[in-house]
Amino acid sequence: MENVMNYVWAFVIGGGFCVIAQVLIDLTKLTPARILVLYVVAGVILTGVGLYQPLVDFAGAGATVPLTGFGYSLAKGVEKALSERGLIGAFLGGLTATAGGITTAMVCGWLASVVFRGKPKG
Amino acid sequence: MTNMDDAAYKKYAAKRAAKSNLAADCAKAFFVGGLICCIGQGLHDIYTWLGMSEDNVKALVPMTLVFLAALLTGLNVFDNIAKFAGAGTLVPITGFSNAVVSPALDTKAEGFILGVGAKIFTIAGPVILYGTLASVIYGVIKYIVGLF
Repeated sequence: MENVMNYVWAFVIGGGFCVIAQVLIDLTKLTPARILVLYVVAGVILTGVGLYQPLVDFAGAGATVPLTGFGYSLAKGVEKALSERGLIGAFLGGLTATAGGITTAMVCGWLASVVFRGKPKG
Repeated sequence: MTNMDDAAYKKYAAKRAAKSNLAADCAKAFFVGGLICCIGQGLHDIYTWLGMSEDNVKALVPMTLVFLAALLTGLNVFDNIAKFAGAGTLVPITGFSNAVVSPALDTKAEGFILGVGAKIFTIAGPVILYGTLASVIYGVIKYIVGLF
């Protein structure tokens, strides 16, 4: 039963993050690119002030899969590197923790551009 | 209502339409976004069940979602889902993946260096830049606070 609840909360919290973004898109002039930047930076800040970790513990993938979770990973990576290596860790931890997602996106993006046909403008 | 002139009616209709669109958009975003997070939770549970370390699971879940979104973007399926889901596909890491893969596909004709190579970061670039910047600022503040 506990297992089922993990999915329920992942759905509700993850969906909730999407609803907030949808409201921002429909009611303000924020473009999708700005939303993504806003979400990542918000994730870093919320993790920094200690609010995001409880949400991750509670909602699992519902908190880590939205782009705020990307910010969470950046902040957690910095925390870890700071404790292991001191101040230099502030410059090393973020991208180390998020390397998997970024590298996969780059590799897949490049491969896709070779394999698939796009829709050139005009 | 009966005496409403043309302009006033158009305004009224637009207002009503906007309201119902917002509610429908939010419902669709909630449903698809929630579903994608559940897929992420499922991947997490499968990888854990396979005996992978927690660190590897944490890395592999976003990597898998990015791969799947990239594949669906290449197959021209992602755009159709995104048209329906709006922020539901944008906010999960699938949106980040699509933001990398989509311009890479569309700029192939401009060459592999300044076309694909540069445009791949049109949206991902700002996301990575400001996210990393925020994390460095956080790290430096945390370090300074830790000195006292």
